[in-house]
Amino acid sequence: MREAPPRHRLVPLGGTMDGPLARGRFGDYGGRYVPESLAEACREVDEAFREAWADPGFRAALVRLLAVHAGRPTPLTPAERMSEALGVRLYLKREDLTHTGSHKINNVLGQALLAVRMGRRRLIAETGAGQHGVATATAAALLGLEATVFMGERDIERQALNVFRMRMLGAEVVPVTTGSRTLKDATSEAMRHWVGATADSHYCVGSVIGPDPYPWMVREFQRVIGEEARGQCAAELRTGVPDYVVACVGGGSNAAGTFAGFADTSARLVGVEAEGGAGAARGRLGVLHGCRSLFLQDGDGQIVQAHSIAAGLDYPGVGPEHAHLRDLGRARYVTVTDEEAAEAAVRLARAEGIVPALESAHALAWVIGAARGGELPAGSTVLMTLSGRGDKDVSTLKELL
Amino acid sequence: MTDATVTAGAVEGHLRARRDTGRGLLMPYVTGGITPGWTDYLRAFADAGADAIEVGLPFSDPTLDGVTIQQASDIALARGASPRRILADLSRLPDLGVPLVVSTYYNLVLHDGPEVFCAALRQAGVGGLIVPDLPVHEAEELTGAAEAAGVEPALLASPATPEPRLAEIARRSRGFVYAVSLMGTTGERAALADSAAELTERIRRVTDRPVLLGFGISTPDQAREARRHADGVVVGAAVMRRVLDGAGPDDLRAFLTSLRRALDQECDRPR
Repeated sequence: MREAPPRHRLVPLGGTMDGPLARGRFGDYGGRYVPESLAEACREVDEAFREAWADPGFRAALVRLLAVHAGRPTPLTPAERMSEALGVRLYLKREDLTHTGSHKINNVLGQALLAVRMGRRRLIAETGAGQHGVATATAAALLGLEATVFMGERDIERQALNVFRMRMLGAEVVPVTTGSRTLKDATSEAMRHWVGATADSHYCVGSVIGPDPYPWMVREFQRVIGEEARGQCAAELRTGVPDYVVACVGGGSNAAGTFAGFADTSARLVGVEAEGGAGAARGRLGVLHGCRSLFLQDGDGQIVQAHSIAAGLDYPGVGPEHAHLRDLGRARYVTVTDEEAAEAAVRLARAEGIVPALESAHALAWVIGAARGGELPAGSTVLMTLSGRGDKDVSTLKELL
Repeated sequence: MTDATVTAGAVEGHLRARRDTGRGLLMPYVTGGITPGWTDYLRAFADAGADAIEVGLPFSDPTLDGVTIQQASDIALARGASPRRILADLSRLPDLGVPLVVSTYYNLVLHDGPEVFCAALRQAGVGGLIVPDLPVHEAEELTGAAEAAGVEPALLASPATPEPRLAEIARRSRGFVYAVSLMGTTGERAALADSAAELTERIRRVTDRPVLLGFGISTPDQAREARRHADGVVVGAAVMRRVLDGAGPDDLRAFLTSLRRALDQECDRPR
């Protein structure tokens, strides 16, 4: 395992989350490790995204959809009673208030517009918690595209509500019965399916993982979280930027989007992983699902199954840019247990009247623990991205509480 | 050195020599560690007239494989198969008279690093390597290490590969060029895809290296048809489905003999 170098300056060179280096690299990570049959499709996505992202018309269309359909901008909510109890000033970036209930919609609207621009008629997606699947089904319905969503059988059981939502939105939900029957296997199956469908389908990757250009493109589509929050913090905070910026990390898309708004500031970036899915904190160098990054592996190099109460964090790896930020020391990656996350969810519900997704509750659990343990000095300002709402998790919580 | 005949290694030399006699090449596949006596399959393959044998090192997440090889990989892993054990089994084999080619995903190559991995292949008597999730633009890290170890990495070409890239694949491939017959995963198909003929013809225009056609070739008829376009065939899922259904080495010898016969009957040399 690589050791992160000591943190010798606040914002190390290459840690400001600009574009990737040549060949889709973030430091040593990233790249485009795909079967030859997908190489051309990735190149087409890359070319189309570069053109679209430089096109003011495309940007304007996306901004409009984010406003009129997804409900952006989302508010920055001061968590008053939590702050008082913790002795820090905690602000929540409310991605749970977007249409479909999580940050996933930001990326999906971008990719769906891109798919239309590329002349594709169908979106393919993988989903863990179902949030990305629901967002994909939503965007497909909105733009007149078809949607095929791959979802692990185990996740289908624990996220029945989202499965119903996707089907109601007209998407086809394909159960994945191989391996751990969770997000990792759904991603493999979506890639297999894409190999045979590149001509008319766009693979709408849900996180900052996958082959180049996905880690970069998805981060750019999620950057809106960080940019809005940056402006809101500037208006709200005397210091302009928070001392800490915290987000949960599965593949790492809400964290990447949040961090991107603050990477060039003095804010300390903290990514919170699930104890049983800590790719950034405990993974080692590998290649999976098209990119070189950090993955949980056994002594032979086989990928280890992740385990988390939060289906969206149940992924054995992490996006390549997070691996790079870790090596640079620009961001820290920490872990939280299932129990800590569940407790944090209940605490937020009772203190602030907000039921968070179990994924987002991981970020909060770290804030609670760090404030209690003195790692967060009293009076620190903390921006935490509340990536999604908790409706989907009530049956999981019911069993636990 | 771009002249293929100068850089040809042992695998390529062997395949070229056999091809040049007019023989259609046959490379059957087996998932390493699939049964306790799995190397008996290799002997059966050689007896049945294989020209090279592909041995899969099973990976937990075989993203380019269909259900048959996924299932075979899961079973082998559950039996405790690992690259180290499979290579140890191979190193105990007597010389079968045909080159061994390992196929696996890049994560397993990267685990100990390409240098160590390729050296271990060489030590186990493996001459060739196929890594389906390592496309030509990412292959440099491996090809250098492979060359140093004397292992020939064969690259894959797909029906979606555009022209200048196809030439680069053919140029940088060693041993042979692996032509992926269709846009899809591994697995048996009812018929040979139309894209197979077109792709192999395109590859032939840019290289003299042996071209093996794989993905979906499951029957003697399909092998015969493939032979009209390519120098030979790779047969994986059709073998592994039989193994999963309980077929032993003798059953596989009979199946491969039927493919051998089909290839031998098809004497229409494409060039």
